[in-house]
Amino acid sequence: MTHIYTKKVLAHFKHPHNMGRIAKPDGVGRVGNPKCGDVMWLYLKIGKNKQGKEIIKDVKFETFGCVAAIATSSMITDLVKGKTIEYALGVTKEKIVKGLGGLPPIKIHCSLLATDALHEAIYNYLKKQGLRVPAQLAKTHERIVKETKVAERIGEHLGEHLH
Amino acid sequence: MTIYLDNAATTAVDPRVLKAMQPYFSKHFGNASSLHGFGQRARAALEDAREKVAALIDSKPEEIIFTSGGTESNNLAIKGLAWAHPNKKHIIISAIEHHAVMEPCEWLRKHGYDITVLPVDSYGLVDPKAVERAIRPDTLMVSIMHANNEIGTIEPIERIGAICRAKDVFFHTDAVQSFGKIPIDVDAMHIDLLSASSHKIHGPKGVGCLYVRKGISLVPLAHGGGHERGLRSGTENVAGIVGFGEAAAIAKKEMAADAKRLTALRDRLIKETLKIQDSWLNGHPRQRLPGNANFGFRYIEGEALVLQLDMHGIAVSTGSACSSKSLEPSHVLLALGLRHEEAHGSLRVSLGKFNTRADIDALLKVLPQTVERLREISPFKRKYK
Repeated sequence: MTHIYTKKVLAHFKHPHNMGRIAKPDGVGRVGNPKCGDVMWLYLKIGKNKQGKEIIKDVKFETFGCVAAIATSSMITDLVKGKTIEYALGVTKEKIVKGLGGLPPIKIHCSLLATDALHEAIYNYLKKQGLRVPAQLAKTHERIVKETKVAERIGEHLGEHLH
Repeated sequence: MTIYLDNAATTAVDPRVLKAMQPYFSKHFGNASSLHGFGQRARAALEDAREKVAALIDSKPEEIIFTSGGTESNNLAIKGLAWAHPNKKHIIISAIEHHAVMEPCEWLRKHGYDITVLPVDSYGLVDPKAVERAIRPDTLMVSIMHANNEIGTIEPIERIGAICRAKDVFFHTDAVQSFGKIPIDVDAMHIDLLSASSHKIHGPKGVGCLYVRKGISLVPLAHGGGHERGLRSGTENVAGIVGFGEAAAIAKKEMAADAKRLTALRDRLIKETLKIQDSWLNGHPRQRLPGNANFGFRYIEGEALVLQLDMHGIAVSTGSACSSKSLEPSHVLLALGLRHEEAHGSLRVSLGKFNTRADIDALLKVLPQTVERLREISPFKRKYK
């Protein structure tokens, strides 16, 4: 049967990887896509590799959204788990889409939700640690904050339940 | 195991309908406009179907114009009437009309028409008094659907029709979802134009009709050989129309019994589903189509729910934005006053005549765990926990 979603998307959707939350996360990224109504939270635990570089020791996600949103959430955690922060920041939405074997055109924006959540979580970690935030990441953060404000207006009601 | 519970989208062709259609492909394949025997045979079949369709809405056969389906019928009714009466440029519709009504009106708006979109209450009901207040001297028509495709709410069209008649305004109703499901009487309901479709009542796709009250002039969408009283040129889809006629005849006979049985199934489904925490019913609890149930589930998204159920072999649908080609949440659910995220979590279950209690039981068996599972993924589950 042909489906609007690829086998890989459906597999991730059926059995999402790294689903859930991390109790005491080092970084949290909370993003929402106002247009689609999708919301994704991503949690990071940071460690160090043998070379002393910071790596993503653990990553988990929670997503309110459509099939593509859940699949891209799952995919990005696979792509960055155990990798350096530097590498994680280089993971593009195109890479996620490719990893999933493609997404319907109208769902491509879901992959941006995933990279945004990751970038926000890394930003959150760097800020908390008082570490230097790369200029590009700071710019991404500014854009997301602006967009999230719109999303929150829509998701206000849900927001009441968050804490 | 596959269970089809999406009969508001389309229905399976009834085997009796298929049987009636079959001779009209290769045996009685004539063009209904031809004078020879082949043509006359096709013509007779066409007129027989017209009578059967007319009988279902208590109209005269000559008031039925066969079209390609609901969308064309709505376009012909709205644009055709507007073009035939260019002196009046105001149209009244509701906020929950199907796109096949909204979009022609939107197109007319770009061409100088004023469109009033009436709100609905939290059940999706249009207030007839609001229709009356909205009518102006330059009002051409009121177009209010008979029953809504998403939430199944049945509009008080007989009252709206009476108001339109008294105010001398044309009344069109999109009856695609109600035709063959609940009784329609075009005279008693004061309907001037009515759109209906074959594939929603176990007939073939690609066929529908527009009822046009005698004496009302329309400008056709397509000009040509002058078929269907000049309102729909193009060689008639005889086999399809025969199927439509047969489906209408079956509906006429079996509608009452089907409606009674499906209403009982629907009410059981509603009662059991609402036991799931943080769920609600969209649409009116009683004034709704026999086969329609539409639920909301907080904290989850409709498309994900539909796909999970599909994996369990159950076909249902959602008004959720991310489900289809558009990203916008259902305009119907938003019109009820639902918040965006609530509108995203809707599930439409639409029963048809071939559904049984076992189908409902199968859905009820997997639905709670499916909702639960998706809530596990959602960051909004905390309150629910």
